[in-house]
Amino acid sequence: MTTSTGVEELPIRTGDDVVRVRQLVRARAQEVRLSLVDQTKLVTAASELARNTLVHGGSGTATVETLTRDGRSGIRAVFADEGPGIPDVDQALTPGWTSGSGLGLGLSGARKLVDEFAIDTAVGRGTTVTVVKWTR
Amino acid sequence: MAQADGGRVQALLRSEDKVLRRWVEAAETPLRGRLTTGELERTCSDLLAVLGEAVAGGGLDVTSAAYAGARGFLAELSRDWARRGFSPSETASAVFALKDALFAAADEDGEGGESGGDLATVLESSRWVDALGLVTFESFARAREQVISEQAEQLLELTTPVVKLWEGVVAVPLIGTLDSARTQIVMEKLLQTLVDTGSEHAIIDITGVPAVDTEVAQHLLKTVVAARLMGAECTISGIRPQIAQTIVMLGIEFGDITTKSTLADALLHAMRGTGVEVVRRRTGSR
Ligand SMILES: Nc1ncnc2c1ncn2[C@@H]1O[C@H](COP(=O)(O)OP(=O)(O)O)[C@@H](O)[C@H]1O
Ligand SMILES: [Mg+2]
Repeated sequence: MTTSTGVEELPIRTGDDVVRVRQLVRARAQEVRLSLVDQTKLVTAASELARNTLVHGGSGTATVETLTRDGRSGIRAVFADEGPGIPDVDQALTPGWTSGSGLGLGLSGARKLVDEFAIDTAVGRGTTVTVVKWTR
Repeated sequence: MAQADGGRVQALLRSEDKVLRRWVEAAETPLRGRLTTGELERTCSDLLAVLGEAVAGGGLDVTSAAYAGARGFLAELSRDWARRGFSPSETASAVFALKDALFAAADEDGEGGESGGDLATVLESSRWVDALGLVTFESFARAREQVISEQAEQLLELTTPVVKLWEGVVAVPLIGTLDSARTQIVMEKLLQTLVDTGSEHAIIDITGVPAVDTEVAQHLLKTVVAARLMGAECTISGIRPQIAQTIVMLGIEFGDITTKSTLADALLHAMRGTGVEVVRRRTGSR
């Protein structure tokens, strides 16, 4: 059974908000004692996804919570926007593919940096990306 | 009935001098030392004047058009006080002090007076001052946010020094969370310093950076390319193990960019590039 505690939601409307999301995720990752490498991976993934929410989704929210399951702790971060959505998820997840002027490595990279990764998106409705990183 | 439209408050405001004196007295305590009595008096007096006009035109509805001038005055005042470092409670207390003055005026006015001097008067003026307090508070909060973000910008400039380490070698130590704006500023500053000093070596040290995402990496890569176009070589130093791992997993390629584990190594590398060899003097020789 997975239990969740300490749900916190932050808006993502500006570049400063992205920094705040990153700081919150780092603080929560330290709280559950993720290793330094895992902290860095999760924070980097959060940074990519929060920026996508801002840049591609227009604006949105980040929700961060602490999970426990079978004696392990984890951090779940959910990035939600009501932007244009992603028409072709496979394409978006292809390393190097970008619809803008980025490196196109954020979404695919974020998936590799976390333990659980899910995208829920619909054209015209928005995008929600959920990631989880567990302690070892 | 005039009463509901702020007639009671208007009646109280008519004894302007008394209200003003009491307001200044009550506001002085929370603001002790922040303002001179003269300045506080002028501020309160000007504010009373615009409030008097506002009540006459728009009753007690502080959102009405008649209050445009009063709202503007309060916004201006909040901005000024926020800039001068007043705390939120100091600012709010100063406005709420108007209540003391109005209550005292109502009390004096008494039963037979114009204002009625009753509970209704007290309630009415209390609500009115509360509403004014909220207007003030909102603009104060906004002004403070602005002040803080301006200070953050100034800090940004201060905390990203481009330093000359050796003849022809400049370095920028990046510290803390890098947002896009900051990285951009630092990189522009670095390129400018390369031009200004005619240096052919730049070192970007990221020892103090907790995470490098694709956007920061992109800024770094662009800077290196730009530096090369200017005929300079760029070295990135201080890539810590956890960051190296993350960069690799993201699939970012630094290609043929020189990286060194420490700033010292990078400096040595750059000095060699300019033809300088560093050798340790043998102790006890000659
Ligand atoms: N929240 C989102 N809303 C809409 N499109 C998105 C979102 N996140 C990612 N995408 C799409 O996926 C592409 C790849 O994303 P990413 O790998 O982060 O690269 P980049 O952000 O550098 O373009 C983006 O260019 C964009 O088209
Ligand atoms: Mg991206």
